[in-house]
Amino acid sequence: MLHSKTFVKKTRGGKVNKQVREHYLRDDIYCGAPICKLCDSSAARLSPSASTILVLDTNVVLNQIDLLENSAIDDVVMLSVVLDEVKNKNMGVYNRVRALCSNSLRRFFVFANEHHKDTFVKEMAKESKNDRNDRAIRVAAQWYQSHLGGAARVLLITNDKENKRKAIAEGISAETIESYVKSLDRPDLLDLVVQPSSEDVEMEEVEDLRPSKRKVIYTEHKPMSEITSGLHRGIYHQGKLRVNRYNPFEAYVGSESIGDEIIIYGRTNMNRAFDGDIVAVELLPQDQWHEEKSLSIADEEDEEEDVHLAPSSADDAPRTTNLVQGSAGDTNAVSSRPSGCVVGIIKRNWHSYCGSLEPMPMPAGSGGTAHALFVSKDRRIPKIRIHTRQLENLLDKRIIVAVDSWDRLSRYPSGHYVRTIGEIGDRDTESEVVLIENDINSRPFSSQVLACLPPLPWSVSSEDLANPIRQDLRDLRVFSVDPPGCKDIDDALHCTALPSGNFEVGVHIADVTNFVHPGSPLDDEASQRGTSVYLVERRIDMLPKPLTEDICSLRSDVERLAFSVIWEVTPEADIISTRFMKSVIKSCAALSYIEAQARMDDSRLMDPLTTDLRNMNVLAKKMRSRRIERGALTLASAEVKFQIDTETHDPLDVGMYQIREANQMVEEFMLAANVSVADKILKHFSLCSLLRRHPSPTREMLEPLLRTAAAVGLNLDVSSSKALAESLDRAVGDDPYFNKLIRILATRCMTQAVYFCSGDLSPPEYHHYGLAAPLYTHFTSPIRRYADVIVHRLLSASLGIYKLPSIFQDRPQLTSIADNLNYRHRNAQMASRASVELHTLIYFRKRPTDTEARVVKIRSNGFIVFVPKYGIEGPVYLTARSEKGGGEWFVDEQQQKIKKMDGSLSYSVLQTVRIHMEVVEPQPNRPKLQLTLT
Amino acid sequence: MEFVSPEGLRLDGRRPMEMRQIRAEIGAVTKADGSAVFEMGNTKVIAAVYGPREVQNRSQQINDQALVRCEYSMANFSTGDRMRKPKGDRRSTEISLVIRQTMEACILTHLMPRSQIDIFVQVLQADGGTRSACINAATLALADAGIPMRDLVTSCSSGYLNSTPLLDLNYVEDSAGGPDVTVGFLPKLDKVTLLQMDSKLPIDIFENVMQLAIEGCKAIANYIREIMLENTKQLEYRRGI
Repeated sequence: MLHSKTFVKKTRGGKVNKQVREHYLRDDIYCGAPICKLCDSSAARLSPSASTILVLDTNVVLNQIDLLENSAIDDVVMLSVVLDEVKNKNMGVYNRVRALCSNSLRRFFVFANEHHKDTFVKEMAKESKNDRNDRAIRVAAQWYQSHLGGAARVLLITNDKENKRKAIAEGISAETIESYVKSLDRPDLLDLVVQPSSEDVEMEEVEDLRPSKRKVIYTEHKPMSEITSGLHRGIYHQGKLRVNRYNPFEAYVGSESIGDEIIIYGRTNMNRAFDGDIVAVELLPQDQWHEEKSLSIADEEDEEEDVHLAPSSADDAPRTTNLVQGSAGDTNAVSSRPSGCVVGIIKRNWHSYCGSLEPMPMPAGSGGTAHALFVSKDRRIPKIRIHTRQLENLLDKRIIVAVDSWDRLSRYPSGHYVRTIGEIGDRDTESEVVLIENDINSRPFSSQVLACLPPLPWSVSSEDLANPIRQDLRDLRVFSVDPPGCKDIDDALHCTALPSGNFEVGVHIADVTNFVHPGSPLDDEASQRGTSVYLVERRIDMLPKPLTEDICSLRSDVERLAFSVIWEVTPEADIISTRFMKSVIKSCAALSYIEAQARMDDSRLMDPLTTDLRNMNVLAKKMRSRRIERGALTLASAEVKFQIDTETHDPLDVGMYQIREANQMVEEFMLAANVSVADKILKHFSLCSLLRRHPSPTREMLEPLLRTAAAVGLNLDVSSSKALAESLDRAVGDDPYFNKLIRILATRCMTQAVYFCSGDLSPPEYHHYGLAAPLYTHFTSPIRRYADVIVHRLLSASLGIYKLPSIFQDRPQLTSIADNLNYRHRNAQMASRASVELHTLIYFRKRPTDTEARVVKIRSNGFIVFVPKYGIEGPVYLTARSEKGGGEWFVDEQQQKIKKMDGSLSYSVLQTVRIHMEVVEPQPNRPKLQLTLT
Repeated sequence: MEFVSPEGLRLDGRRPMEMRQIRAEIGAVTKADGSAVFEMGNTKVIAAVYGPREVQNRSQQINDQALVRCEYSMANFSTGDRMRKPKGDRRSTEISLVIRQTMEACILTHLMPRSQIDIFVQVLQADGGTRSACINAATLALADAGIPMRDLVTSCSSGYLNSTPLLDLNYVEDSAGGPDVTVGFLPKLDKVTLLQMDSKLPIDIFENVMQLAIEGCKAIANYIREIMLENTKQLEYRRGI
């Protein structure tokens, strides 16, 4: 560990005061080439047979990251000066480069040139920072050249003309990225190369290709200095732009400075901002606020609403704007929501998007480059213009495209092709798209992760049994109740009658933390994945299969490790005492809900297991009624279940998911276990517990429900969850489905519950609205949710079994874990929904169907219907789309009715209609489900 | 923030287990009985020792041992920004106390009853780890003054950032808000006389971090011994022995 004694003082400006930092130069930084005889090659990453070693310039890394991620580019030396510059400019790219450098399959070597005694360069007088860094890159390239001698060619890749000229003058071979990729002779790679986007080049191109379109479409973004001062003075408002999922021409910016959301209508006002960008917004004058009020189903251009799965919460549902008030006749009530326009983009959120190319005829001179428009699957993203040399290959494919730039002259942003996923319409491709769109990692587990697993076949060892922290509960009659075919059984139950007349009820949860140790690669991976994802035809596990399906799964007739919560409960279902312990159990039966229900219903069966089930059911019912008394909501969602052909994986049948008493029984005890655990961990760790809360919906969020209810003459009391629960109970109409429908509509007004770290909020905010519980957490499914793993660790620390991992002391990190879990959880749900939507489409492709539907929302040119049987929702048009606002129909907002002018026909909300469902293909390769009235 | 790159280099190019360059010089203030300058990288402190001498304030006199006093201060130019620091602020008082206690533990005070030893330390340039540098400078100055001591007490800090134990934090690493352990150590007796920590650490990691600081103290002790040996040789030479 020699290190050089020379050191240079480096001043870093930035602020006014002078900063002096030590900067040590070393002689133990190695070149990373195994062919090198001088250097220690134990950490070498470059290939021994590399003929060319690439040294990249900062701009190449920043712009061509998609190309670098392609495995054709290898043997790259990443200089630390380049990494630093990339880090300062774009953290996203930096993380991707870092991932490349640590990927053992790729040969990217990081050379710390700034600390190497021979490659450090001192800033010269009158030399700018950029020039100095460019010189540092050239010096490093030259060092490599002389260091390796003739063993390998060192090639500097730079797109900067000046840098290239100087490099060649200094005797370094240098090339631009385009010419290098061309020399590789891989035409598919050329599509990945980002075209230079400097202003002058763009102008020329536009002039050449589409002279007619050379006009300014968007207003210029304000310079950063003006934005900062504007934000300071309160003229502009900063926030994250969120585009409406169901109407890409409408976006919201949540601004802290005015404490409300600013609505932005139309692409012109959005001014080239993407979903997720941090933008600066200027408010429009108040008289322009209610501009685009009459939103019809399909609004501008060729965008239209698709048939989709019925939303299950407010987060999935289309956003509602206050378009009622104005048109109801009162002119003085101007829309209360401010609207604005984007004046500048503070931080871009560009990444790559999944989708397909817009169908277009083959250009005459095929083989050369062609321009094509890419349509993202995510409707929030505008179309993207790309350059391609392989148009004929891509037209019927799902592809990934990244955005590069968006200038004022073009209607659409320009981007480049990244990779192909597969053919459009193919089930595997579309499933892959679902996963990519929701940022779900479906790659197999890495070898490091798998190395953390215990050796197989695993069984409970005598050590586990002898362990004093573990109680032997193998003699208890424990059983599990799960959906049929469930392999990851993470909960089991038992219920014993005590001599005193009370019952001992236990919930046993798979002891995942016994195998997943904090800080191990397995733990890191699980914490990244956050949750298992359930698609219709497959499951993407959070933990590797041996753990999920075998070692942790509480299967019947095998001994398994568990974490148990055991209560003593009176016959009136009051909990007298609670105990928590690690245990060993042996489940005697793995029942499905149907089996459990059948046992309970069959009065001839009197075996002990069935008695246990019945006892539990009685207790559960009492607990449930008490919970409902406290104000817990019974919400409903339209979940559907597919029957899948085992051979072809095509859906055979679809229907509503049936909820039985057995489901409710298990659910009740799981809720109780979660609540007990939440109490316990919060008592011990009041600042670092992971809990789950469900914020109360605001009156504004419940507005659509109230409006619909009012239209059918129903008065709902939404002052508290209890009041709402009671008025929902009273809402019984003439037909049996009415109550459920109202509940479904109520459910979709609620936001979803979220995980949070208890130190971040004050205790009143811990409340869980839906369950009417002051505290709640997730404890019962550690195999498929990482939150439960964390809670297991907290619980075992509170029992003094293990000490708390150090991560719990780091509140910001805990908060970021909670945020990640919320993000993953939400994505997993979106993916499941997308998967169901995909299978619905496949199902109806061969089966045009007539069915009953309910009108749930009235629009100006039709209405939205909900199909209870299949759990889907979609538009029915009354007027053809070509004749906009035909005038034949008019909408009565108050009554939520759409009437024909002559009064002969009318449709009102919640009315039953007969519809015909059919898959149509308005454009080749773009099938969609269409609903029409029969 | 990334304080240790995946290549294992800290922001200033050191590896996690490496100290900054250290330099020491004996006899910087001729008027004092003993003095020294100690540098750890860009941190530079000067120490001057007066005594043992008569106790100035009779009421403070201790009949069976010497009175040790210490004053820590930072030069106004030490941080680069022109901030005038009030004398006797809480931080200085605390560090004065820490240094006094550390030095008192190794001075053989019972040999010098009814006398007083004054230690003045001033930070000339601050770049993290001033506390450690002051203790090291004071040790050298005391030795230079010929005050009997049990051992040479040395000090070094260590921290824990990016899940890596780091030796000898500089200002940037110090102000990251992570745990910062300062250890005062008697190398020959193998005893810890000062242990301070900001922030929290799990106990097993703490032990590693503290061990690292102790290793740093040992390295400093070796260096200080070399400097003293050299100094003694020069004195011998001047006396013509």
